[in-house]
Amino acid sequence: MVITSFSYSQDCNYTFLGELTDFHDGTPIISATIYIKERDRYTTSDFDGKFKIENLCKGPLTLTISHIGCETKTVSYNINGDTFKSIALEHHIEELSEVSVSGKIQRNVTETAQETVIKAETLSKYSALSLGDALKEVPGVSSINTGNTIVKPMINGMHSSRLLVLNNNVRLQDQEWGIEHAPSVDINSADQISVIKGAGALAFGGDAVGGVIVINPRPTILTDTLYGQTIIGGQTNGRGFNFSSSLNKSFKGGWYVNAQGSYKQNGDFEAPDYNLSNTGLQSGGFTFKGGKRKFESGFEVFYSYLNNTIGILRAAHIGNITDLVDAINSQQPAVINDFTYDIVSPRQEITHHLVKAQYYKRFKKFGKVNVQYDYQNNQRFEFDVRVGDDRNKPAIDLNLQTHTVLFDVNLDSNQDYSIDFGVMGRYQNNFANPETGVRRLIPDYDKYDFGAYVTSSYSVNENLLLDAGIRYDFNRIDALKFYRTSRWEERGYDIDFADIVIEDIGTQLLTNPVFNFHNISASAGIKANLNEHSYIIGNYSLARRPPNPSELFSEGLHHSAARIELGDLRLGQELSHRVALSYSYKDSNFNMLLEGFYNRINDFIYIEPFGVEQTIRGAFPVWNYVQSDSELYGIDLNAAYNITENWNLRNKSAFIIGNDLDRNRPLIDIPAFTTENTLSYTNSNWKDFTIGLTSQLVLEQTRFPDNNFNVFIPSRNETVLVDISTPPPAYHLMHLYGEMTFNAFKTSDIKVALSVNNIFDTQYRSYLNRLRYFADDVGRNILLQIQFNY
Amino acid sequence: MSYMNLNNYLNNQVKTINTMKTIKLLSLALLFSIAFTSCSDDDDAPIPVNEEEVITTLRLTLTPQGGGNPVVFESRDLDGDGPDAPIVTTGTLNVNTVYNGSVEVLNELEDPIEDKTTEIAEEDDEHQFFFQYTGGVGPTIVYNDQDDNGNPVGLDITLTTGANGSTNTLTVTLLHEPDKDAPGVSDGDPTNAGGETDIEVTFNFAVI
Repeated sequence: MVITSFSYSQDCNYTFLGELTDFHDGTPIISATIYIKERDRYTTSDFDGKFKIENLCKGPLTLTISHIGCETKTVSYNINGDTFKSIALEHHIEELSEVSVSGKIQRNVTETAQETVIKAETLSKYSALSLGDALKEVPGVSSINTGNTIVKPMINGMHSSRLLVLNNNVRLQDQEWGIEHAPSVDINSADQISVIKGAGALAFGGDAVGGVIVINPRPTILTDTLYGQTIIGGQTNGRGFNFSSSLNKSFKGGWYVNAQGSYKQNGDFEAPDYNLSNTGLQSGGFTFKGGKRKFESGFEVFYSYLNNTIGILRAAHIGNITDLVDAINSQQPAVINDFTYDIVSPRQEITHHLVKAQYYKRFKKFGKVNVQYDYQNNQRFEFDVRVGDDRNKPAIDLNLQTHTVLFDVNLDSNQDYSIDFGVMGRYQNNFANPETGVRRLIPDYDKYDFGAYVTSSYSVNENLLLDAGIRYDFNRIDALKFYRTSRWEERGYDIDFADIVIEDIGTQLLTNPVFNFHNISASAGIKANLNEHSYIIGNYSLARRPPNPSELFSEGLHHSAARIELGDLRLGQELSHRVALSYSYKDSNFNMLLEGFYNRINDFIYIEPFGVEQTIRGAFPVWNYVQSDSELYGIDLNAAYNITENWNLRNKSAFIIGNDLDRNRPLIDIPAFTTENTLSYTNSNWKDFTIGLTSQLVLEQTRFPDNNFNVFIPSRNETVLVDISTPPPAYHLMHLYGEMTFNAFKTSDIKVALSVNNIFDTQYRSYLNRLRYFADDVGRNILLQIQFNY
Repeated sequence: MSYMNLNNYLNNQVKTINTMKTIKLLSLALLFSIAFTSCSDDDDAPIPVNEEEVITTLRLTLTPQGGGNPVVFESRDLDGDGPDAPIVTTGTLNVNTVYNGSVEVLNELEDPIEDKTTEIAEEDDEHQFFFQYTGGVGPTIVYNDQDDNGNPVGLDITLTTGANGSTNTLTVTLLHEPDKDAPGVSDGDPTNAGGETDIEVTFNFAVI
């Protein structure tokens, strides 16, 4: 007993020396509170971040350290002598917000690019619609449509392969080259979307000549919570309904799971005067996310599934130029049936799977390292109007599989500057099923990509920020394609590409085109705060985009356009120089953002008419992919003014010009001037009541290339002018939106939203709807949506 | 070891470990990506697609009712939507003569040659041929066949020539899913028929 008590008193002479440092840069943390559990006493760190606890006994020591702006941290030690410990604390609470605060906080992806963030509450309005519809919230973003449900986003006049779409940090690989291929993303799985105009976000790719769309799912809350959201809705036009639900569970140790599912369906939409037959949609999606998220390290697995069956206006499937002439001259579509939910041919059936596994770790005084692998499987069936045994066989059956490995490092240990760098490796395989009985639109190919980038940003002072980046990409495409011998020779490939022929099977040649592309892209920008109300952004970006498989290899008849489209093996990369300037002003009653850009694209790839070929169906115009130096420039405006506390007026406008400099004429498919004014009334005392009336004016596009041609129609013994170029007239639509939020229980609320689109059932056609030759756009649509948050 | 020395020493140790870890991770990721991009050479030669749906050949055989050699009007395009134009062959018809006309539609890209005529006959309610002529006193055409609804199809016709003339044309059109009940359609006028054109061929011929 004596010995024991002696040893006890002996053991209580130890000293614990602690040093608190910032995890990022190692600087001392001053005046932190340290709670010593065993003694139920407090101490604080000194000017060097150090603290001392004397007369400690042998045994456990538990310290809880807290400091303003830091995550509270508890550490335990077993004291067995004098001890020194350096304890790192996470001191950047604003960075933590990216993982710990719900979607109300805006999380920008870039510093000096023209980036607009669409937040969760705005996105939820589009639950019944599509990604492309929601993106139009951003001035300068429009869409190129095939009907009402295939909505392809367009940023400052650019679309398809010139836009990158990132879904939860995975670059979407979903055959985006096709103009009638909408992005395979369920709008209901998105919590926040960043639209970046131009190629400023080099971490994602160097070929974003038009821009980048970054879709983020709901962020994870670090505290122990369970919450969810359910949206149900219905719409009168198309008699559609939609349902979406998500559930999140977070545990204290940083573990979390999230599941979300949605389903929507509609039947034939209606134009003011008639039914748009076969424009139904069935769409179902599911996502699962789970993992562990701590400040120092974490991992995530993510899976998303989307299945869409999309009907395409029956009258848009035509056989030849005579049919097209009839369609253009007729005021009505050639096929008008009664309303139905059934979807027949022509239609698309698309399934997209995305699997991602990600791991990150932070290192003291260094930064964050992120490793990610993702796999995507995109299956596309397109069913044409066919006869006989082929009736139920798809005309297009393409399977695109992509594996990507990413490795990113984010050096953020210094407060003033940060450096990000990373490498990317990707393998992609396209398989075109020959069972279709239709020659392959896109050939079988293997594609290999490798990329590496460095970006950095530097805060000169609190009012001036600079950033710059450079990226290198290598792309190799190795295809196996059958050419008709007659086409091969007509294109002159027998002279230029004789060495790639593998096999001659009579009427067709099997060839092995292999292309390697080296791309360098770069960006540099500046953001300067002029005063407390305003800032300017200036940005230059250089982007290079290699031709996509469609531009290289297309060869065939395009049914809804009644034209033969031909790719070109001789195409090279296009090169874009984009200069952007933004001015932002914000005070308590007025805010505006003015964004200007000039985009010069050398060797811009587009398709233009080339000649006429005779087939047994009659004459068809042939359209070739060509390259030409081009320029685009424009201004986007977003301004809002609070008239009174309750009344608000908002304007969104976009103006853009596109010129083909080589041919000295306007570019095709450039949106006309649009302006949108919304007058809204909000009263937070009346259950967050909001009502807004929107006037949307779209002018007629007067700048367009004249691709009209004359064709002789033998059955009528006459020559007619086929006017495929003239854009439809201007139109003006009015929309109404209202919502109220009711508290249901202690922690849940119900939001009811009613919107009326196209209030006056105005008849119109949009220049950027590829079905504008065949039918009017949709008429009035009343949507009711109920959202439960719990 | 003094307090400050210990501090520096520990800091340096942490740095070294972190740098090593980073290098390891970097090289691992690189290896991973290289492995991925190099393990994929499964260059199985794809099989060629013989177009099942393409119509290469339309053949209208006109046999004089009173006997004599049949006259064949034919359009043949062996490269389908390819750049080569169809090869059109015609013949000369006699004045004031009644011909039995039969239409054949073929896909000669398939082996054996696929006779599309039977497919059209099976789905005759969804198909109709139209025969339109220009020129002098042209021939008259009568449909001899009907679908289940009693509407004409046009695989079997009777063509009666009129007076002589050297610049006549006959345009044969095959429409898929025409509205056969629309005005004039069952009389052989496609103006109101709608549908989509599967064949549109013009034959130049003389009547002597």
